[in-house]
Amino acid sequence: MAEADKQEIRDLEAKAQLIRRDIIEMLTEAGSGHPGGSLSSVEIVTALFFHVLRLQPEDPEWSERDRFILSKGHAAPLLYAALAERGFFPREELLTLRKLGTRLQGHPAKGQLPGVEASTGSLGQGLSMGLGTALAAKLDQRDYRVYVLLGDGECEEGQVWEAAMAAAHYKSDNLTAVLDYNGLQIDGAIDEVMSPLPFPEKWQAFGWAVRQVDGHDIPELIDAFNWAAGVKSQPAMIIAKTVKGKGVSFMEDVAGWHGNAPDAKQAAQALDEIGIIDV
Amino acid sequence: MQKKSSPREAYGRVLAELGASCPELVVLDADLSPSTKTNEFAKCYPERFFDMGIAEQNMMGTAAGFALAGKIPCASTFAVFATGRAYDQVRNAIAYPGLNVKIIATHAGVSVGEDGASHQTIEDISLMRTLPNMTVIVPADAVETAQAVTAAVKMKGPVYIRLGRPAFPEILDQDYQFKIGKAVPLRHGSDAVIFSAGIMVSRALEAASLLAAEGIEIAVVNVSTIKPLDEETIIQMARKTRAVVTAEEHSIYGGLGSAVAEVLCENYPVPLERVGVMDRFGESGTPEQLLEVCGLTAKNIVAAVGRVIERSQT
Repeated sequence: MAEADKQEIRDLEAKAQLIRRDIIEMLTEAGSGHPGGSLSSVEIVTALFFHVLRLQPEDPEWSERDRFILSKGHAAPLLYAALAERGFFPREELLTLRKLGTRLQGHPAKGQLPGVEASTGSLGQGLSMGLGTALAAKLDQRDYRVYVLLGDGECEEGQVWEAAMAAAHYKSDNLTAVLDYNGLQIDGAIDEVMSPLPFPEKWQAFGWAVRQVDGHDIPELIDAFNWAAGVKSQPAMIIAKTVKGKGVSFMEDVAGWHGNAPDAKQAAQALDEIGIIDV
Repeated sequence: MQKKSSPREAYGRVLAELGASCPELVVLDADLSPSTKTNEFAKCYPERFFDMGIAEQNMMGTAAGFALAGKIPCASTFAVFATGRAYDQVRNAIAYPGLNVKIIATHAGVSVGEDGASHQTIEDISLMRTLPNMTVIVPADAVETAQAVTAAVKMKGPVYIRLGRPAFPEILDQDYQFKIGKAVPLRHGSDAVIFSAGIMVSRALEAASLLAAEGIEIAVVNVSTIKPLDEETIIQMARKTRAVVTAEEHSIYGGLGSAVAEVLCENYPVPLERVGVMDRFGESGTPEQLLEVCGLTAKNIVAAVGRVIERSQT
């Protein structure tokens, strides 16, 4: 993938804010869902969908596409907003989130909405699925890449480490994982609830190439994705330090906003704070 | 003595054969390939064989990922781990999106033998048949195993095939035609019908012979597809005999007996007796001893037929 120039960075930052607005509007309309971990991953997902991933939104099942698997499936509003903004389906549909009959299920469901690559939501499973797809790509000698976004609390699931071990064993250098390290889970700080730390040492010990970045800094993220694509003979892990609820002052770094939707008044304040970036 | 052959050896053989005609086939195992017999495929197609180590949850998730990329993955391990250890992965990653993953598990039931209860699943059919999209097959012998594996690989969607550890009596001819969703009557009779699956089909036939010697003619049906269940054949045979026995190497809760009871209670209620493992775990012993201790012999079936005929006549 190419380097991003200053104008593109500004466009991506504006897109990130637009996606933040979508998330708040969707969750407010739905009356339930997960704002904290959706907002913390916005720049990661924006960089992927609008710079990194090789996609054809008009042909969502294009065989050569890069794959993105949202292992932290509760950030579904973020995935849906990115897909809609990227042109996979009409933006108006975003407001059907979590409603009966919607293609925008509470957690991503493969086969229902174009662009959703896997059924996730039961935590700890996305990396395994990404590994299977990455192994298939190698077998078929295809050059598409597989990206998996993990939550930090999610790394308390044993299956994550089974997959980490297997991906390194099979030298899956077409597999890149991003870890949204916002430091919070439902019951509190991850190191107080059940510490999965230290992340860099653990992933390195499991055989991964590891880089740490500011998860809200788009140039740094793009740089890391470029680095990951160049890593040979091992999978790459980008540990992205983030702030849960990023962009909305009263949600930032508050565990309570993991799984509660804002009411109308809170939504108005959130949208006001997010604003719109003119490009 | 009836000739016996091993269903899992038939599985290993047919899988290696399918490797040639089906380039999309990939095989995953969790450190049990000499036991599940996937090592036959591994020898022929090492690049398409993936040993995932002792990590069944990741194996099922990886199989899902292969299916997402258009491959036809067969994931094998012991049935207790495939369905129990990795249940959530089978449910959410495979069954929910209806992915084309074949879960072909061996060492089901108490006939695992000496390893004991930790390795003897008697609840797997129940777990798998409650999953939407899942097809569940329990072959009666090696001949049917080979055909069922081929049919599973050729159909689209998730399939669970349950195989045992020991050699099973050979009961089906080479010209037997397995079809997913079709229950096959193997013996005719009008006094009662036995619906059976897996190793218990041969025992049901044995029971029928014992009863015939006493002048009681019973029908035996091989219900190798537990889901989708051949409701039509089951209702038809129940109508004909008005006395039904089910026989399976599985808990009486949730397996073939339950499935048949569900269909008949709603459509054509007749007296029914279930032969299966009562509400208990297995234990160590030889396969034959355990089948006896758990009440899974031809004699147990004969007794159940006696009870059900008596009930149907009062």
